[in-house]
Amino acid sequence: MFQIECPYCGKRELTEYSYGGEANLIRPTPVEAEESQAWAGYLFSRTNKRGLHLERWFHVFGCRKWFNVARNTITNEFVDIYLPGEKPQVDEQAKK
Amino acid sequence: MTHHFSAASLLRNAFSGHKNWSQQFRSVEPESKYQAVIVGGGGHGLSAAYHLAREFGITNVAVIEKGWIGGGNTGRNTAMVRSNYLQQDSVKLYDASIKMWESMSQKLNYNVMFSQRGLLHLAHSVSDMQEIGRRAHAINMFGADAELLSPGQVREWLPDINLNCRFPVMGALLQRRGAIARHDAMAWGYARCATELGVDIIQNCEVTGFEINNGQVRSVHTTRGRIETDTVGLAVSGHSTHLADMAGFRLPIETVPLQALVTEPLKPVLKSAVISASIHAYVSQSDKGELVIGGGTDPYVAYSNQGGFDEIETMMTAIKELFPNYSRLRIMRQWAGMVDLTPDRSPIISKTPVRNMYIDGGWGTGGFKTSPIGGLLMAEMMAKDTVPDLAAPFALSRFNTGVLVDEGAASSVAH
Repeated sequence: MFQIECPYCGKRELTEYSYGGEANLIRPTPVEAEESQAWAGYLFSRTNKRGLHLERWFHVFGCRKWFNVARNTITNEFVDIYLPGEKPQVDEQAKK
Repeated sequence: MTHHFSAASLLRNAFSGHKNWSQQFRSVEPESKYQAVIVGGGGHGLSAAYHLAREFGITNVAVIEKGWIGGGNTGRNTAMVRSNYLQQDSVKLYDASIKMWESMSQKLNYNVMFSQRGLLHLAHSVSDMQEIGRRAHAINMFGADAELLSPGQVREWLPDINLNCRFPVMGALLQRRGAIARHDAMAWGYARCATELGVDIIQNCEVTGFEINNGQVRSVHTTRGRIETDTVGLAVSGHSTHLADMAGFRLPIETVPLQALVTEPLKPVLKSAVISASIHAYVSQSDKGELVIGGGTDPYVAYSNQGGFDEIETMMTAIKELFPNYSRLRIMRQWAGMVDLTPDRSPIISKTPVRNMYIDGGWGTGGFKTSPIGGLLMAEMMAKDTVPDLAAPFALSRFNTGVLVDEGAASSVAH
């Protein structure tokens, strides 16, 4: 089990959080969503990244706030933790 | 030439001190061209190779494996075989696999230790009871077997169970044909028969890319050279996304760790496999006597090959509630496998956007039991370029059309 540093509350155990899936998914507008590809992509298509993964976490048993995380999915290392609306401080190269 | 295994050959070799058994399968250097290449030397890949050679007469086949055969998720599961699913398409698919398991030892001349000792799915609430009732009717209607047990019958079936645990056991769904098997034996049995038919098994050989021209694969690049081929089958768990990225298409898959562990060996204590989806317990006893305990999946994408300790705590709490007399058993080994979960928890057995590339993947937590049928269906797609009826509902295109095969509940622990 690992610990996650909530930007509001500090370091807490994983069991206090719930995983919110991949970050930066953009919901298609109703017009775009008419196109089944666009809607299916939003619902189902994920990068499932092996390496640096941008994702959302929810501090469900804490402050109940959402935040973003850049985590290495091989080592489970939290490379960056940032607030919604902010950009991660990670090297663009590392995202590849 | 490999030996035919029989009582006579066992006796004959006993007299020579078991020193003259031949190697069971060859591991070879890759040639520069094969008619068919299968990526992944686990149960599904080896089964596909065997069926390509056996059923469809294509013997110029290479199975490419990054590590050693059966060393991925084929060696990291809980070796359970069942077909107690909800939807017609899945019940038919999984039950076809059970039927193949039933004759596998004879067909492969290899003892896969397939033991139909039954499988009990426990219900702990009124809604659980309604769910298993509905599922039992569905399963029976679609031609597999299932029956409902009362708490008294559960007690008779499993004398050790604690029916009055925190969430009391209110009943159970029993599938008598549910089974456990020996996972390595399946991989080795398929490998042995496939090599005998002329298939090349290439271990320690990782795929690094595909050469694709005009939407068609021409060759596979590997760490041991370039291999030209007419058709490619992908059968890798935990790496499907990685391979699809190389081939230039996206799969609706998320890869998460699924943990299991085994206790020290005991005399027979547990008659059948037991699953409780509500309190997350999953246990069976192997022929060696070890209790094989499975847990839930971690909720986040990870390729770390290890899961969170909180999952172990959850599953052990549930097992101790159900079987208090297991509380002092020592744990010998613990591991995690990387499972490729699809949004509807059903597999992808399909053509892909690359014309001569096929996929048998996304099995989530149900890959072991379906190795025979998954391999057979992919072999048919690779040989004939047509999609068999059993595989048709599991096409990749279902995520665009919305015709999903929802097995979120019946996949038991991965939801």
